[in-house]
Order: sequence, then structure tokens, then C-alpha cells
Amino acid sequence: MARFVRWYGSGPLHLLVLIASFALTGYALVRLFAERPLGVAIWFVGAAIGHDLILLPLYSLADLSAQSVLRHRPERTPAVPWINYLRVPAFLSGVLLLVWFPLILNLSIPYQGDTRLPEDVYLGRWLAITAVLFGAAAIAFALKLRRVRRAARADEERPAPGHDAP
Amino acid sequence: MDSGGGPPGTSSSGGPQRPRSDEKHAPRRLERVRAAAAARAAKAAARTRALVRRVEQIPPPPGPFRPDFWRSPIRGPWLTSVFGLVLLVGIPLLFVTGALSYAAYNPGLGALNDQTPDKGVLGFYLFDWPTHPYWLYRLTQGVHVTLGVVLVPVVLAKLWSVIPKLFEWPPGRSAAHALERLSLLALVGGVVFEFVTGILNIQLYYVFPGSFYTLHFYGAWVFIAAFVVHVSLKLGRMTRALRSRGLAAELRTDLARTRTEPPDPDGLVPTASAAPTMTRRGAVGMVGAGSLLLLVVTAGQSIGGRLRGTALLAPHNREPGSGPNGFQINKTAAAVGINPAHVGPDWRLEIYGPGPTLVFTRTQLLAMPQQAAALPIACVEGWSTPDQHWSGLRLADLAALAGLPDAGSVLVESVQPPGPYSSVVLRGNQIHDHRSLLALHVNGADLSLDHGYPARIIVPANPGVNNTKWVHRLTFRT
Repeated sequence: MARFVRWYGSGPLHLLVLIASFALTGYALVRLFAERPLGVAIWFVGAAIGHDLILLPLYSLADLSAQSVLRHRPERTPAVPWINYLRVPAFLSGVLLLVWFPLILNLSIPYQGDTRLPEDVYLGRWLAITAVLFGAAAIAFALKLRRVRRAARADEERPAPGHDAP
Repeated sequence: MDSGGGPPGTSSSGGPQRPRSDEKHAPRRLERVRAAAAARAAKAAARTRALVRRVEQIPPPPGPFRPDFWRSPIRGPWLTSVFGLVLLVGIPLLFVTGALSYAAYNPGLGALNDQTPDKGVLGFYLFDWPTHPYWLYRLTQGVHVTLGVVLVPVVLAKLWSVIPKLFEWPPGRSAAHALERLSLLALVGGVVFEFVTGILNIQLYYVFPGSFYTLHFYGAWVFIAAFVVHVSLKLGRMTRALRSRGLAAELRTDLARTRTEPPDPDGLVPTASAAPTMTRRGAVGMVGAGSLLLLVVTAGQSIGGRLRGTALLAPHNREPGSGPNGFQINKTAAAVGINPAHVGPDWRLEIYGPGPTLVFTRTQLLAMPQQAAALPIACVEGWSTPDQHWSGLRLADLAALAGLPDAGSVLVESVQPPGPYSSVVLRGNQIHDHRSLLALHVNGADLSLDHGYPARIIVPANPGVNNTKWVHRLTFRT
């Protein structure tokens, strides 16, 4: 047992579970690949790559760029953590687009003929939701800024030093 | 130490015997061979270990392979486990409702109903799909699709939280580690593949390589095989991580007090963390808000009524018309290519059974006693309608007319050009439910052409596409 663990890197149960899983995977894969194996393989592996090596790096990069581009502005007022007022509406609007992009971008060809519903409403709706999300974030940020500035002014007007906020 | 009993070749009988020469030398030779093999194995093992050590000593390539590349201070086992726990509930529910949907098509009734005829043992669980409760498919498929959409932000967050693991260095520490990572390819590829094919299909965006049913069904099995392994290997770690920080305390922690978790063996916690810009509460809240927003802009299409309009971005969020026939359409007559001549005055319903063929005009059918049933239309795409008031002829009565009051199945054929679901087989329990109709009217009016005029099938709890429209032939069988 100890020798097995040293050789394999884990207990025998680990190996049994994995072999059982791979057998089932193989059984289903043979059927999944029965027609157009290359296309399906591209879609399957592409799904993992598309997320891990394209989507995730892109949104991470967007997040980091937003932080670094907007960080170095001269601040006349007390610094307020602001990134989440951008991040949250962008995330929310982004997941809506990610899920419903075929309708939003009018890509679904049979949609209108099949359902007797016009497809051209979705882009406007998504833009309207996006506007509401960013607008709400802007209002929330404005309120936060006002609160922080007032607090800062109150601190300046306070006569005696040594009583500053914790 | 590895010799089991006495040395072979020693005699069990009392007195010393003159052993034959090969019997005398065999044990010694065997031992020599064994010793040599052991020495060789030990040498090979040492060589392998040295190689592994050498590979391990290769410094990781720059960039994401270096542990200090990943800097988010909230990444760690606790956050991963929170998202993992949500998926541990959500994914099995998706799998079960999906498997039920497959059963609802009654693939056991033959090739017409079965999109994946070579399923083999993967259809082991199939059963006769019931007609009670009549809203069963509406519920299971509405849950399947809506839950799938709602879980998208959680899947994204879970994958984000473990991304450093993709760039682990060395790529395979041991056979166990390498096999586990191969299984993770099936897990990540599988989850994205299933979500993408499902989400594209409900928007009728058919760009995937092949039939949706084949891809989504077999893909689900590839994914669930890897999912079960992942859960069984990580369940203990997840519960430990969740216990390591109280949820209530974590939800009260503000940005100033947000710290990294203690270093973990999986390397999720950054070794060089950046200053926090978001609390764990914020991250969980943002993902939850994403799910809630998707729920709000989607669920209405499966509820209907006044809530349909709230599904701002879902495909079936408006009624295609008004009046008795103003409810949702899966495929219009024009879309499937119905020839107007086939559904005009010359249309006839043919009923086949053991006796002579029966042929009816629509007027003759209307002259027969009409029965009513209030049943929804529920589509595999997740949308559905509230109950519509159908009237027409009971399938059970038509089976009796055909001379088979105990019919075991009926082949329903449409005038629509041959293609998927232009004909379907219904099972005995569906024929004999008193609410199963060949409908001629809906909500007090003639069926519209898009809803299957002159006659259509409506069966409780049946997937929408199996409620065949533009029916012209029924063949009852034992």
C-alpha cells in the first residue's frame, strides 16, 4: 500500500474512482464523437480554452487596466474606493450579454420565422438595462463621494487636533 | 521478508531424500532472478524519482506559472467552496431534470422519438413518462433551463476562483496528479460545453456541430462522470474550508479587514497578494446579483401571464398575438413548410387500427361529442404557457373507434414535410388519460394554422414538440 502510494501519488481508491470515471467518459465520448468528431472535439476542448485562456484573461485584463488607468489621477479630494462602482455594473451587464448575445446581436436566423416574434427588441433592452445599471452605480458613487467629502470638511472644520476620526 | 511459506522443493515427508538437481537449484535460481529484478526495479525507481526531482527543480516559466502572478487576496479555499457548494446543489438538479426531459420524450418507443438511438446503457433509467401531474414537464424543464441560465455567474466565479490551478507547476507531480488533471479537462470542457450548447439552443442559434440532442445528452454524461470524481475527491476539502470561516462573520467583514486566507496546499491563496479591492462579501454578493438579474430577465417565459413581460431578454417574453390563439408558438406553419392545400377543405383524418381504415372530414369530427381539457404547452427550450382550454376528441375514444380500446401506442403523423418530430409515437398511458385530445378548438375558437389547424395532439405533461400539430393520420397499435 505504502509502495503503491509512493508510485502512484495517491491511494488505490483514487485510482479506482478515476478509472471508473474515465470508462464512463469513454463510453459517452465514443457516442459524442460518432458524427463530426473533429467539430465536436474543437467545441469541447475549445470550451475549456475559450473560457480559461480567452474570456478570463480578457476580463481580468480589462479590470486591471481600468484600475491602473484611472488610478493616477490627481486627487483633490479624499480617495474613495471606486473600482466596484465600475466593476459591478460591468459584470452584471456583461453576464447578460454573455448569456443572451445571440438574441441581443440579432444572430438567430430562424427565431423570427419560428416564433412569430420580432428579434430586434433585444439590443435596445440590453442597452437600457446597461444604462440603468451604470446610472445606478453613478448615483451610488455620487452619494458616497458626497458623504466622504462632508465627513472630510467636518474634520477640517473641527478646531482641535487630536480628535480626528478613527 | 517476501517469502510466503517454507522454501519450495523441501519435502514434507520425514526422512531426507536425494533431491533431483533441478529441484535443488530452482529456489536459488528463483531467488537470484528475484533479487536481480528487485535491484533493477529499485534502480528504475531511483532514476524515475531523480527525473521527477529534476523536472520539479525546473523553475516555472514566467507569467501565470509563477505563484506570485496571481494576486487576488480573496482567492482561496473558502470562496471556492462557497461557489462549489452552490454548484453541488445546482449541477445535480440540472442533471436530473435534464435526464427527466430525455425520458419525457419516450425514446423507448422507437426511432421516431429517440434522437440518440445508440445511447446503450446511458438509457438505463428510462421509464414510462407519466401524464400526472399534467404540469410535470412544464416544471422540470422550466427548472432545467432557468436554473442553467441562473447558474452561469456561479460557474464563471468558480472557474475564476481556481484559475491558478490551471497553471500549476510542475504540470504533473505524479500519476495520480496527472490523471486528476486529465479529468479536470473533462470537467471544465464539459461544464462550458453543456452550458454553451444549452444556452445557444434556447435562442435557436444552431451553430454547434450536430444535433443539439446528441451533443447535449452525451456531453452531459462526459461532464457528470468528471463531476462525480471531482466531488468525491474534493468534498472533504470543501467542508473543511467552509468550516474554517463562519459565513455570518465573513459577510460582516469590511474591506479594511479583508485578509488572505492561510496558505493552502492547493495554492489558491496568493503568495504575493495585492491590496484588497473587494470583500468576500462583495464577491459573493456580485455573483448572487448576477444570478438574480438573470433570473429576473428569464423566469417569466416559464411562468407566463403578466410575468411573461418581465423576462426582458428571454426568447419567449412576448405573446405573438392576441385572442384565443395568441399564445406562444414553437414553430409556425410557414417555418416548417406546411402546404396550405394539405390543411384546406380536402384535409382528412385517417385512423388506422385492426379494422377497416376510418376517414373523417373536419365537419364530421366536429359533429362527434367534444371533450375539454385545460393543459399547458411546455417546450424543451424551457418556456411554457399557462393552461389553455382545448376541446376535441379523446384519444381513448378514437382508439376505441379504431377497434383497439386498449391500444398500447399510437403513431401520430403530421402533414408537415418529413423531418424531426413530423411524426411521433405516444404510449398507452398517454392515450388513455381522459385529458389527452386530438384538439380541434382552443380557448373557444378554431385552432389557428400556427397552432396546428385542422387538428393537433395535446397530452398532459408531454414535451411540446410531441404534441404534434397538423395531424392527418393516427395508427393505433396493441
